[in-house]
Amino acid sequence: MLPWYQDPVNFIAAWLRTVLSGWGLAPGAVDFILTFLGAGITALLGMLWVIFLIWYERKLIGRIQDRFGPNRVGPWGIFQPFADMLKIFVKEYITPAGADRVPYNLAPILSVASVLLIWAVIPFTMTIMGVNLNVGLLLIIASGGLSVLAVLLAGWGSNNKFAMLGGFRAVAQLISYEVPMVVSLLIPVILSGSLGVNDIVKAQNIPFLVTAPVAALIFFISSVAESGRSPFDLVEAESELVAGFNTEYSGLKFGMFYVAEFLHAFTISLLFSTLFLGGWRGPFAEQYPLLGFLYLGIKTFVVYFVVILFRGSLPRFRIDQMMDLNWKLLTPMALVSLIITALVAQPLVSLPWVQAAALFAANAAILIIFMGWAGRKVSRKRPIVGRPRPLAVPHPDDHMPVEP
Amino acid sequence: MIPLAWYLIFAAMLFCVGLFGVLARRNAVAILMGIELMLNAVNVNLLAFWRYLWAPKVDGQVFVSIVLIAAAAEAVVGLALIISAYRRRNTIAAEDMDMLKG
Amino acid sequence: MSALQIIFLVIGALTLASAVMVVTARKIMHAALWLVLALGGVAAVFATLEASFFAVMQVVVYIGAIAILIIFAVMLTRKVMEDTGPQVNRSWPWALLACLGVLAGLVYLLSNWGGFLTAARAIPEGGENLVQFGQALTSPSGFVVPFEVASILLVAALVGAIYVAGEPREK
Repeated sequence: MLPWYQDPVNFIAAWLRTVLSGWGLAPGAVDFILTFLGAGITALLGMLWVIFLIWYERKLIGRIQDRFGPNRVGPWGIFQPFADMLKIFVKEYITPAGADRVPYNLAPILSVASVLLIWAVIPFTMTIMGVNLNVGLLLIIASGGLSVLAVLLAGWGSNNKFAMLGGFRAVAQLISYEVPMVVSLLIPVILSGSLGVNDIVKAQNIPFLVTAPVAALIFFISSVAESGRSPFDLVEAESELVAGFNTEYSGLKFGMFYVAEFLHAFTISLLFSTLFLGGWRGPFAEQYPLLGFLYLGIKTFVVYFVVILFRGSLPRFRIDQMMDLNWKLLTPMALVSLIITALVAQPLVSLPWVQAAALFAANAAILIIFMGWAGRKVSRKRPIVGRPRPLAVPHPDDHMPVEP
Repeated sequence: MIPLAWYLIFAAMLFCVGLFGVLARRNAVAILMGIELMLNAVNVNLLAFWRYLWAPKVDGQVFVSIVLIAAAAEAVVGLALIISAYRRRNTIAAEDMDMLKG
Repeated sequence: MSALQIIFLVIGALTLASAVMVVTARKIMHAALWLVLALGGVAAVFATLEASFFAVMQVVVYIGAIAILIIFAVMLTRKVMEDTGPQVNRSWPWALLACLGVLAGLVYLLSNWGGFLTAARAIPEGGENLVQFGQALTSPSGFVVPFEVASILLVAALVGAIYVAGEPREK
């Protein structure tokens, strides 16, 4: 047991345990109360954290688009999300006629819950984590399945054809991108020899970003696709589908979807830094576990910045391009790199630095071959369907009345 | 500790509910759902026997994983057949699929 | 009665109730949603058996894939069986009788069996041993042949499903 200044959360937990046992509660009941408390506090902090994330993202997107972003409420507009929150609280709940009540109301809750479920297995420091599950990585994949279900429930329950179309698209996209994501997640499992998230972090003497860059890239792209944000926002493409699956939601129910989206974007950064950047690891993180929290935060914000840049700078894919990217590039790449990682890593287990160098070289080769192949396909000449004409020059056929 | 009997009776009841779905429903998709329930009951049984009679060894778990794979394959093929029948005959009621009837 | 037993009873009752709703719900879409709940309940039952791998796999495979597929099929074929008219066929009382008979037979068989009240075996610290499980699936002295056959079955199912359900080719 570490002293309190090195590991305050577990110190408080141990203190609470003695207090509760002092009241004469059974050990099982004390465990239940502490677990419940921990889950509640984590979920609450996660949801409150979204308030900051929304401000941060809007500010950053504003800068990318040469605007100021929110700047009226409070210094640098930092209280803008609170104003939005107040507004969303007082809005009316509108349930469309013919809606299927239970799925309609369950969908927003499920979409937030499926994201928060991931937080249960993420190690925030060496000692602070929800549960040290030996199948933590599979739980992360399972939560992806639940978020698909949430979108489908919303699309079905709304009794609206745009919502339904959004739901169909969502299922097509989310299930497709689960394939390369799962395969790329198997590579850290091979390298660390465990399905538990904390064991994967502990195995990263060399971050997996160095030894498995292809897996990191595939995981990044497919998890952005899973979160359904631009450039993969076909799920709720507002210019085609009104707003996709959340067309019929208003007030706090819409707010839940909104929170789920932002939280998901942050959670994938958290996951990426846990699985590929070494999580809480850093200098002195083992003596002072709280430092690990800081390291994880810094890494996560670096990744989150890239996620937002991704959103701000890329246009939306067409649906066939989205499917092509998944099935013709990411999935084969993930499978090839899985096989090559297994073949290269196994004989060199006893020489960690040689293994890392060999893996890096193999990954670089995979990346060069696949990127060259994809580049050749993309740069192929498209058939010309019509001559371009400048917009400002009137066409001879248009008899526009000219003002004197 | 939960007695083994509870798991076995739970699995038997789940199996019978699934069986009723298979025997009585008209909709082919609902019949498939009944089959899924029956397969789940089998899995509960296998895992309970593994846990109570075989625990540190893994043989029982292998059976469960094979049943999972078979269930996935069965669902995929079944739904494909249903969609194909819907395209051709415009019905998914099980008693209307009687082309082979003399 | 311990806490675990109460938890099992609650989960079991919920699962059975939603399974009954699956086979009796009038709207086929509601049946599919009840099926999701029943499958989740079975996953929780697996968790009470300390088989965390299969509890999570149940969610991944059944809820994340099979239930979604079934919901998809329901949506694609909704028009014909519009939720009117009887959802069960004419001989449903006989089906009910057969099911009750099977249940009675099973319970009778089980109650005559000696190992009915066996206590659970101790399993090593940290839940079931995944490494051992993986090695059993891939070692030649273990279950590599059934495992490979199952994977071939999956590929065959995949190809067959695409062939059967795909759009008929224009001549």
